[in-house]
Amino acid sequence: MSLTLDLRHDGPVLDFRAELPAGRITALLGPSGSGKTSILRAIAGLLHVRQSSIRLDGETWDGDGIHVPTRSRSIGLVPQSYGLFPHMSALRNVETALTHLPAAQRRVRALQAIDLAHVAGLEERRPHELSGGQKQRVALARAIAREPSVLLLDEPFSAVDRSTRKRLYVELRRLHEQLRNTIVLVTHDLDEAAQLASHLCLVRHGRLLQSGPTAEVLSRPRCEQAARLLDIPNVFTGQVEGRTDGRWLLRWGPHLLRVAGLPDDQRPGPLRWAVLPSNVLLARPDKPWASHLENPVPALVQEVVELGGEAVVQVMPEGMPEISLQLRLPTRAIRRYRVEPGRAITFCLRSADIVPLNGEA
Amino acid sequence: MDWQAITLSVELALATLAVLLPLAAMTARWLAVTGFRGKAWVEGLLALPLVLPPTVIGYYLLIAMGGQSPLGQWFESLTGHTLTFSFSGLVVASVLFNIPFAVQPMQRAFEAITPEVREAAQCCGLTLWRTLYRIELPLAWPGILSACVMTFAHTLGEFGVVLMVGGSIPGETRTIAISIYDRTQSFDHASAGAMAGLLLVVSLVTIAVSYGLVERLMRRRRAV
Repeated sequence: MSLTLDLRHDGPVLDFRAELPAGRITALLGPSGSGKTSILRAIAGLLHVRQSSIRLDGETWDGDGIHVPTRSRSIGLVPQSYGLFPHMSALRNVETALTHLPAAQRRVRALQAIDLAHVAGLEERRPHELSGGQKQRVALARAIAREPSVLLLDEPFSAVDRSTRKRLYVELRRLHEQLRNTIVLVTHDLDEAAQLASHLCLVRHGRLLQSGPTAEVLSRPRCEQAARLLDIPNVFTGQVEGRTDGRWLLRWGPHLLRVAGLPDDQRPGPLRWAVLPSNVLLARPDKPWASHLENPVPALVQEVVELGGEAVVQVMPEGMPEISLQLRLPTRAIRRYRVEPGRAITFCLRSADIVPLNGEA
Repeated sequence: MDWQAITLSVELALATLAVLLPLAAMTARWLAVTGFRGKAWVEGLLALPLVLPPTVIGYYLLIAMGGQSPLGQWFESLTGHTLTFSFSGLVVASVLFNIPFAVQPMQRAFEAITPEVREAAQCCGLTLWRTLYRIELPLAWPGILSACVMTFAHTLGEFGVVLMVGGSIPGETRTIAISIYDRTQSFDHASAGAMAGLLLVVSLVTIAVSYGLVERLMRRRRAV
């Protein structure tokens, strides 16, 4: 029970294969021009892909000589600028998606969808009389009115202000709890993807870099491009040296780190690796018995920038003047342990938090 | 006042609209939504009547529809009379020289409909015909109205092509513009002046009313 995609195209370039779980919110995350919208349009049947296979629960939409036209696919689409019919009221916009129903049922179903999307009271307004958030909700009501198997959202929150966006996140999650349909959300906003999606696909140059449960993808990028896309600043090169007690040893400058998560057939040699700033731990100077801490690395604090309740700390590991590693600490920890530029600290890297990266996606 | 010529001109304008409007609407939409190599040539060909002297168009139509041409012979075998110097011939000529006046405003109107709106219609499950009927034609209505008015007014006033293809046969091909010319030639300035004035007023009123309607429609539709 999933949406299976295999898309190959030349303009825009697509070489994308993925399986999106049914009944979940999947985010397609990637920079502008990475092909996310093209993938969405291909699912909708609006982009005729050179070679494509799109299947939903065994039903073929594209492939094997079949091309189901857009109007016959069980989809609802909310385009980036909503695509509302400007000459129609909100209610008629929604009713237009229900022409397959007898006229008597259309009004009832349209009003239900409007209610679900929280735009009740605005039925008679035309698009130019609605705010950005209201337009977005009317477009959503129109998309869900047909009770589609797959709901496609193309950067739906990009044109609304921050507070409206936060409210719409909550409403979308609530709506998904009620409908339990498959939602594919295109976004270039990492926070948006992290907050809304339970499944994440990282897309770059029309290719799938990585996919999986959101928490897993966010914490364990598989390749360097994925790490960059996830905005992980701590990407370094080490040297795999050998194995002891079932863990690989990684030489990083003068430091020797124990690493979990490398395959058994790993060969000694250079290795790119990453660590999330939030996974870098500060060894407490008031607990000198911290011998249980893994991979302690002495370092010099270079910069401390406070952002809200959090501080971004740049440190230089001992003996590695060309390297700068980022930590994220609560501001109260900064004050308590006097983390200031020029002071020496010790940070620790849990072996499981050291993420080996493949050179190729 | 040559009421026969006025009636004939109105009949010619209505017949032209009836034939041209559906064809021009389909062509305009096609040009608005598709891109292909050689599109500029097709658009240029359709716009030719705007720049060619009416006598040049009239000359080629006379050749194409004359008794020696395949079209002229086919028409004569079918109806028993010639295509040139007949009302039917005038309708054919009028349809051809009005193409840019009908196509261009509608093409601009169809082009103004965003691709997202068309795609949203498909995602709403609408067929092409339903999309045209429910979405595109209502949105392109100001352009369609402009096309109707321009074609109507231009047909009423066209002189050169009509004279070349139809001559001046009362009740058959003598339109108001030809009648004004004939009356002026015979120094009947009172009659010519009255008809010229009528043409001026009718043209001004139709264009002003249509501009006003289009402006109102556009104002209601502005900002999606």
